[in-house]
Amino acid sequence: MGRYSVFAIAREAFRDHSGWTRAWGNPAPKKRYDAIIIGAGGHGLATAYYLGKNHGLKNVAILEKGWLGGGNTGRNTTIIRSNYLQDPSAAIYEKARGLYEDLSQELNYNVMFSPRGVLMLAQTEHEIRGYKRTAYANALQGVSTEFVGPKRVKELCPIMEIRGPRYPVLGALWQPRGGTARHDAVAWGYARKCSEMGMDVIQQCEVTGVRTERGKVVGVSTTKGDIECAKLGIVVAGHSGHVADMAGFRLPIDSVALQALVSEPVKPCMDVVVMANTVHGYMSQSDKGEMVIGGGTDGFNNYTQRGSFHHIEETVRALCETFPMISRLKMLRQWGGIVDITGDRSPILSKTPVEGVFINCGWGTGGFKAIPGSGWGFAELMAKGESPLTAEFGLDRFREGRFIDESVAAGVAH
Amino acid sequence: MSHRLSSGGRLINRANPVSFAFNGRTMRGFEGDTLASALLGEDQMLMGRSFKYHRPRGVVASGAEEPNALVGLGRDHSYEPNARATTTELFEGLEAETQNHWPSLEFDIGAINARLSRFLPAGFYYKMFLWPRSFWKHVYEPFIRESAGLGKPPKRRDKDHYEHFNVTTDVLVVGGGIAGLTAAMAAGEAGSQVLLVEQTAHWGGRAPVDGPQIDDMAPNAWVTQVVSALQAMPNVEMRNRCMGAGVYDHGYALLSERISDHAPDKAGPRQRLWKVRAAQIITATGAIERPLSFAGNDLPGVMLASAVRDYIVNFGVAPGKRTVVVTNNDDAYRTALTLKAAGLEVPAILDAREDATGALDEDARAAGIRVITGRGIASVIGKGRVEVVHVCAQDSDGADYEAIEADCVAMSGGWSPVVHLWSHAGGKLTWDEADAHFRPDPDRAPKGASGEVFVRTAGTASGALTTEDALVDANRTGQAAAMALGHKARGPAPRAEPESRQVTAPIWLMPENAPYEKRAKSWLDFQNDVKVSDVELAAQEGYESVEHTKRYTTLGMATDQGKLSNINGLAVLAKSLGVAIPDVGTTTFRPPYTPVPLGAISGEAQGALFQPIRKTPIHDWHEANGAHFEPVGQWRRPYAFPKSGESVEDAVAREVTTTRQSVGLLDASTLGKLIVKGPDAGRFLDMLYTNMMSTLKVGKCRYGLMCSENGFLIDDGVVARIDEHTWLCHTTSGGADSIHGAMEEWLQTEWWDWKVYVANVTEQFAQIGVVGPKAREVLDAVSASFDLSKDGLPFMGWVEGSLGGIPARVFRISFSGELSYEIAVPANHGRAFWDMMLEAGNPHGITPYGTEALHIMRAEKGFIMIGDETDGTVIPQDLGLNWAISKKKDDYLGKRAQMRSHMTDPLRWKLVGLETLDGSVLPDGAYAVDEGDTVNGQRNTQGRVTSSYHSPTLGRGIAMGLVERGPDRMGEVVNFPALDGSPQEARIVSPVFYDPDGEKQNV
Repeated sequence: MGRYSVFAIAREAFRDHSGWTRAWGNPAPKKRYDAIIIGAGGHGLATAYYLGKNHGLKNVAILEKGWLGGGNTGRNTTIIRSNYLQDPSAAIYEKARGLYEDLSQELNYNVMFSPRGVLMLAQTEHEIRGYKRTAYANALQGVSTEFVGPKRVKELCPIMEIRGPRYPVLGALWQPRGGTARHDAVAWGYARKCSEMGMDVIQQCEVTGVRTERGKVVGVSTTKGDIECAKLGIVVAGHSGHVADMAGFRLPIDSVALQALVSEPVKPCMDVVVMANTVHGYMSQSDKGEMVIGGGTDGFNNYTQRGSFHHIEETVRALCETFPMISRLKMLRQWGGIVDITGDRSPILSKTPVEGVFINCGWGTGGFKAIPGSGWGFAELMAKGESPLTAEFGLDRFREGRFIDESVAAGVAH
Repeated sequence: MSHRLSSGGRLINRANPVSFAFNGRTMRGFEGDTLASALLGEDQMLMGRSFKYHRPRGVVASGAEEPNALVGLGRDHSYEPNARATTTELFEGLEAETQNHWPSLEFDIGAINARLSRFLPAGFYYKMFLWPRSFWKHVYEPFIRESAGLGKPPKRRDKDHYEHFNVTTDVLVVGGGIAGLTAAMAAGEAGSQVLLVEQTAHWGGRAPVDGPQIDDMAPNAWVTQVVSALQAMPNVEMRNRCMGAGVYDHGYALLSERISDHAPDKAGPRQRLWKVRAAQIITATGAIERPLSFAGNDLPGVMLASAVRDYIVNFGVAPGKRTVVVTNNDDAYRTALTLKAAGLEVPAILDAREDATGALDEDARAAGIRVITGRGIASVIGKGRVEVVHVCAQDSDGADYEAIEADCVAMSGGWSPVVHLWSHAGGKLTWDEADAHFRPDPDRAPKGASGEVFVRTAGTASGALTTEDALVDANRTGQAAAMALGHKARGPAPRAEPESRQVTAPIWLMPENAPYEKRAKSWLDFQNDVKVSDVELAAQEGYESVEHTKRYTTLGMATDQGKLSNINGLAVLAKSLGVAIPDVGTTTFRPPYTPVPLGAISGEAQGALFQPIRKTPIHDWHEANGAHFEPVGQWRRPYAFPKSGESVEDAVAREVTTTRQSVGLLDASTLGKLIVKGPDAGRFLDMLYTNMMSTLKVGKCRYGLMCSENGFLIDDGVVARIDEHTWLCHTTSGGADSIHGAMEEWLQTEWWDWKVYVANVTEQFAQIGVVGPKAREVLDAVSASFDLSKDGLPFMGWVEGSLGGIPARVFRISFSGELSYEIAVPANHGRAFWDMMLEAGNPHGITPYGTEALHIMRAEKGFIMIGDETDGTVIPQDLGLNWAISKKKDDYLGKRAQMRSHMTDPLRWKLVGLETLDGSVLPDGAYAVDEGDTVNGQRNTQGRVTSSYHSPTLGRGIAMGLVERGPDRMGEVVNFPALDGSPQEARIVSPVFYDPDGEKQNV
């Protein structure tokens, strides 16, 4: 696989781009791998990548029932931030954010990480207190955030109406190095590097069973036959419950639809990402010019990857109120994804009751921003049996009541 | 050149000319024109610039599928970017400007991208801009952002408003062409209630343009007759300018109606969003013609064949004087015949099929048109406009056969049914080999919860491409929908003259073996500049899934959502991968069918109507008396009542001091009030609260705590027992609705057999706190039907009767530590009672106080506040509230959770008071640091500030906080560093700063 660069583009331009090779292979499964990852989304591919890069484990397959990056990695609103309240969350999200800074160069694939800054609006006295608290926590966690006043909010985002009338903007938590990235490119970039390291990214390969012997994993059954493995990582987001069931254990997870939408593209008018939790909505402008909009989750469990329109209505209403100029922009497309939500809205990166089986799930509404950190920590957990990044995110926390509750910091899907 | 014909145009009224402005130039059209037809009438073929290469683009289509002719409409408060000229109805004074160019439409610097296009293939941006790192954010990305986008963003607030309709119907028919009319008639005649909607301003769809006779009538006459008949039916409602935007689960459909876009002076809303629940949905959405892929197919003047004849027949406008028709099917012959009939030149029909032997072919030859079979277009050449068409054998690599001078090309690549609405709710498609298109698979229709089909298709939307077949299909579908609802339906379909039709040849590239330089100029997605070579590159690089191809090339992601490009694109992908088209599949169709304004989705809920403001019965008094408000949920509560010239801080201090020294008045009406009633109410409350509520005596109050299943404290409040079977539960202001909801959830899902009813009576009562050492004197000044003395109404008791002639319940409870009465009166007496108290308190200098004084006084007393001391991670045991947890009960919500190891960990952070050494105010939210770092390099912490105020009573800062083993460390000094790291030391003390023995509230 050739290196990507402006020189490579120039070279190919003069031979009709005939020299570009596959970004990732299309291999048939081997009989046996040292490790299998189920789920070629961002988290699964990042896990495989860091297994190879950090731990020298390269006899790895990533199995995907559909097309890689086709789940929540390709459906989210691409926000990256790490201004979390609880220490374990701040650690893994900041690790991820830091890795995003260099990810394009590391993967030799432009994931377009754009630290354009994230504003989380405070529109009640209670939110002001909450975000000031977060700023104090972040200062001790090595996360650079700042509580800013309404004037600064207006400077950072001139299209915002900060005077209300219903919920005037009273301030905001500002993370200048938060931002966005191109979601598909993150999955594609990792997939390409995994493939380059000799790993097998196997698409259209659905896992139908997890095979164990004496409480230990020995392989999986798939639509492309049985495959043996010494270690198995389950990284399947909304379908975690199904796959865990195959392995014989249950998860404290609800799967619900989360929706998003984009407007038609317009010329640049919004440089920062804005999240407004009181009114329930968030928005940024993509490089293409579309306003990318998200809101809350459905109140009932389902797997349809659609959702109830009234959520779209609620979200759009909130954003028209916050950004009145979008009223005559038009919704181009709405869609949904299935997110896996835990009792404390924090993820699970954990060993499981089955020896050799590890699970990475429960990212809920905010997984995209965590992809590199999640992969880094989960790979370490799979390789070494423990990782400081994942230590607090074990399944046992639900039994012990050791919750990592971010509800204070994230009252809305993100 | 394009021009207005001297006659014709069934939709325009030549008697009524209309003038409009295009890029500042005044132009003229006629009533009934679209903006696109009027521009063509003025020889303005160039209507926009493409997204990526900024190539000059003319109009391609005549309807909602148009990818190129996008303009900015209006100005200032009514400016709308990215409006399709083909669906914009012309009106006097319309202002339109073209987009995505600088400095002008004709000369655009950005078009340099087109020159560089060989360096900018699909996905180029993933492969470059990698170095140096900081350049992405600061150099490359801003440049890309500026050259992307399309229209300019609006700058002003929208002047218009929007509204929503919520309707139910038996049958919703989307599409008012002949199929929709027929289906609506079939269902309507069977007795179903029918809502029929059409996205354009006209009924009949394309049949009046080129359809055969129906029931021995010209199609136009037939349409008029059926429309009148439907309008006369009481069970049929019809709306035009109403687009079926989306279909969702459970028969929910979204319609978008344009009301005044075509008549801006019309009063009322601009648009209306319909939210429909339909038992049956029929999509009679027609079909869209596909372009053909040949080099130069994006030059202005290359148009869909059907659009060319639409412009001639509907608007009396000819896109060109000499039009070459190129096709892989019969239908485009109609365009040639229409052109000829309008007196325009048709130098040739290029039919890519080897044979053309149908009736239409004969008609064309009879009309003197040269028909050349087995031929296609090698390339179209011209400077900003079609000039020469180079003809080649379809089965070739494009070697020139002959060159034909022309100013227009009418192309037809076959027809694809509009399957969007069918697909939104899960309907599946099947590939039709003969017609080379995907059509709905009736065996895999969208189904409701009980397995019943709820979306059906009618007419060409089903894939029935002749008028005769479409009418039979539509009649059958309308009847099937009615019968699914239990109605009896019968009756024959309208009859149309049979039309001869030969198979559509699957031509996806022209010519078959076009070399790279032609494929790199053969556009698939006109707006996003995706060419055949881009899709091939995606396949070559392993982006094999149709979703990968779409995302890598941006095929179908433009504002037309691939209405013209999707099928052609996936055919190219299939060929590149060497698989059959149906094996590639389609991308997911998502709502809306065409873009819907965000304002319309938002509806009337903007500005003052964004969310209801909940007002207490005393709200008006607060407003009139200068209250400084804060939002609390949907309420607005007075934060303080500054007098004129007084700062908010000073007002708060005054309110606290006056209340502590004399008497204050609090509007506590927002407090949640839930009546819980029934023989099992006591048992129910024992499960909800950590305390025992069933043993509470009538006439008494008890402070109660509510926890989540996970053990965390979620709400608190005073519970009063009203009678044997009735309790009144006070909740926090913010918690009223959610606690009410939680109670209902438990009763409906877990304890459904318990005899308990819950009613939220929050707004039925005004609740007023009379607080302070003089409180009793204030109440004694008005006549009471009960005894309010120390022993007559002891602390934590309540009485009911009349106070000052107003029915009242008086609770002797205190959240301030003072002698305090909370009086609930019926809401409509609230204001009178408030005024009465103000007057009665006047001799004592009574002051109303707001939420901040409330907070300070409770903090001085060490009372917790939900949301301050709690945050979803705190259990009552952390807050020293063990006294409020019953040891006698077997269970309550959260009990088991509170027994888990982490919950009983002695190292948990627990409630303490905090005082700075210098009397200053600790910052709210600050953390206490501990020695060392976490495994992840973060500073270790050992506590945090949960509430912090300046206490006017004590004249210094007081704070509450949660500190590791806090209650065991009284007197210890801990450090809560400022954001800049500088130390802020505070001593751990008791959280009760004021009147620790509770003497004041017990007088």
